[in-house]
Amino acid sequence: MMTNTGNRITQGQFSFLPDLTDAEITAQIKYALKNGWAVSVEYTDDPHPRNTYWEMYGNPMFDLKDPAGILMEINECRKTFPNHYVRVMAFNSARGIESPAMSFLVNRPKNEPGFGLTRQEGPGREVRYTITSYAAQKPEGERYG
Amino acid sequence: MSESTIDLKAIWNESGVQAVLDKLDAELIGLAPVKKRIREIASLLVVDKVRRDMQLAAGAPSLHMSFTGNPGTGKTTVALRMADLLHKLGYSRTGHLVAVTRDDLVGQYIGHTAPKTKEVLKKAMGGVLFIDEAYYLYKPENERDYGQEAIEILLQVMENNRDDLVVILAGYKDRMETFFRSNPGMSSRIAHHIDFPDYEDDELVAIGELILKDWNYVLAPRAKKVFLSYIEHRRTQPHFANARSIRNALDRARLRQARRLLDEGSAVDKSALETIEAEDILQSRVLAGVPAATPLRKERA
Repeated sequence: MMTNTGNRITQGQFSFLPDLTDAEITAQIKYALKNGWAVSVEYTDDPHPRNTYWEMYGNPMFDLKDPAGILMEINECRKTFPNHYVRVMAFNSARGIESPAMSFLVNRPKNEPGFGLTRQEGPGREVRYTITSYAAQKPEGERYG
Repeated sequence: MSESTIDLKAIWNESGVQAVLDKLDAELIGLAPVKKRIREIASLLVVDKVRRDMQLAAGAPSLHMSFTGNPGTGKTTVALRMADLLHKLGYSRTGHLVAVTRDDLVGQYIGHTAPKTKEVLKKAMGGVLFIDEAYYLYKPENERDYGQEAIEILLQVMENNRDDLVVILAGYKDRMETFFRSNPGMSSRIAHHIDFPDYEDDELVAIGELILKDWNYVLAPRAKKVFLSYIEHRRTQPHFANARSIRNALDRARLRQARRLLDEGSAVDKSALETIEAEDILQSRVLAGVPAATPLRKERA
């Protein structure tokens, strides 16, 4: 059943690939900047897929011309939260779109314990499924040691 | 490995630097020492590039600069050209210029300065950060001033992200010297100190004519003489800002020309519309009460 070896969470772009190098991240950000999207850095230690709102690491960066500034911010976030998930998001503010256009992970905890599946018996043999992150059973900030 | 030779001139021509320098020569009047220095920097960068290709390690050259000079001597304009030049030489990825002053870097309360300075630095990455009147960053009379914090962040980024960003500090010469004396760290990180001299009177007239040409105006022959004497008098008055004063004076001359044309009424032709006459300048407050300064009247007498 192990289709995702190592329990690496797969959220956003490129998450089935090996971790992106700084040069690859730079190339992706360059693409976002070329399209005029505002790039921001976010982090969390709750990897549940329905956890949409991650903490912002600083404000979204508008009016940037070069990826170097964002990479600097990414590295600072990695340094502050070495054992959190860190993602880079590019927001497209064009009218009618107004939503994230890109989102990919740039940092993960060393050890990702993965998710447990809970089955709940409902009326008439109905089954409700819930997934719970093993890491999220500890309080915030202590989840990835 | 055989000794191969490299045609430096060809690389120079290929880089498109000459075009920038030519443009600098054509559009900026005077400033001979500045142009000389920029040519030297450009040569160094070209040679450095060749050296790198030949695996002669040189380390990235430090490109941070300080421009000192009186107001209106073209510091911002040259900085803009510098950004273009560095871009052509491949030392700046985007070639854009972010011009800021103290207000853009220093915050108003504790914890406000660092994010503010960092935001500006991030915007400038890949290009050139131009800090006008940089000496305002350091206010020794107030020890709790947040300027020092901005300077520290600036120094850190200037050192660590040398490949990403070129910082140009600008300001009046004497105050910048005090600034560098009290911030030796800043001074030692800046490789190029360039001093901008004041313009001569005839250079200012030439600048004025260039500005007018840009606006599609011309100076009448007599107006040119009057303008020269205007500059002589303007220079003695306070708040003289070289080329900027010239631009303002010409702006006002334009207003007077428009009013004169309306007062004269009726038909105008193209040459009347584009010519600034002597009286448009003579009415200036600067020349009021200085009869000796009016070649026009002398000519008539």
